[in-house]
Amino acid sequence: MGTVSRGFRGRRRPTVELPPGQYLVEDFPVLSAGPTPSIELEDWEFTITNETGTQQRWDWAAFRALSSEQVTVDIHCVTHWSKLGTTWEGVSLDTLLADAETSAGFALVSSYGGYSTNLPLEDLTDGKAWIAFRYDGEELEPEHGGPARLLVPHLYLWKSAKWVRGIQLLDSDEPGFWESLGYHNYGDPWREQRFWGD
Amino acid sequence: MTSSNLWTDGNGLAGPFHDVFCVEVSTAIGRCGNCGRTGPMAEVRVFDHAPGLVARCPTCDQVLLRLVRDRGRAWLDLRGLVYLQLAVPDQT
Repeated sequence: MGTVSRGFRGRRRPTVELPPGQYLVEDFPVLSAGPTPSIELEDWEFTITNETGTQQRWDWAAFRALSSEQVTVDIHCVTHWSKLGTTWEGVSLDTLLADAETSAGFALVSSYGGYSTNLPLEDLTDGKAWIAFRYDGEELEPEHGGPARLLVPHLYLWKSAKWVRGIQLLDSDEPGFWESLGYHNYGDPWREQRFWGD
Repeated sequence: MTSSNLWTDGNGLAGPFHDVFCVEVSTAIGRCGNCGRTGPMAEVRVFDHAPGLVARCPTCDQVLLRLVRDRGRAWLDLRGLVYLQLAVPDQT
């Protein structure tokens, strides 16, 4: 297992502050565009493929051998709920991208089950994103994206792809599953970027 | 919520589709573009605990259609279907 360090702690606020149009929940709603995939750890893999096709690959043991961080962050779903102070453990994308040779500006994230989402590569770096494998001290449940999901808490939660399988680094932006059908290409909850044109 | 109740049957398509097209889609016949399954849309699996509505083939899980609604507009993706056979009034 990798070492654990204290990482990004999220914004601290003296009072509850939510993005516009959001309400607070205490539970953790399960949203999904499809059935929960059954992923055996011995079959799991995560890949990063750069714009020239060069691929890095981690199996579960190699992934879990990487240094991980505990992070406490607020999460905001485009269906209007927000949950504050959620605690995760994951591997920073800075760690996973450290050896990637790329000048790409965009990332297309793909998942087991066929889901995808896109975002600028700079939103995955500098301590802003993780591949999370533990939630609230427990192994991440399949319904919440286990064995591992992307966690990008500064964007709406549809960007934090469950059951993440790989990231393609691209020179040009390519819309993902929801971004290609009306949902905002970027999805900043603080600017309420829910749909095209917001 | 568990994985067993993340989806409902295709009758969940009726309201949203009637709002958009004024057609009764749950009684329509649809053909899956992936596996070729052909049957009533009432039998598909509808995932609506999501940012949009996703209907999947009950045989192969292929996405048959997606529907996203905003204030006063909607987006519809039917790429997963070869066709929809709809009941419509006779032409006169």
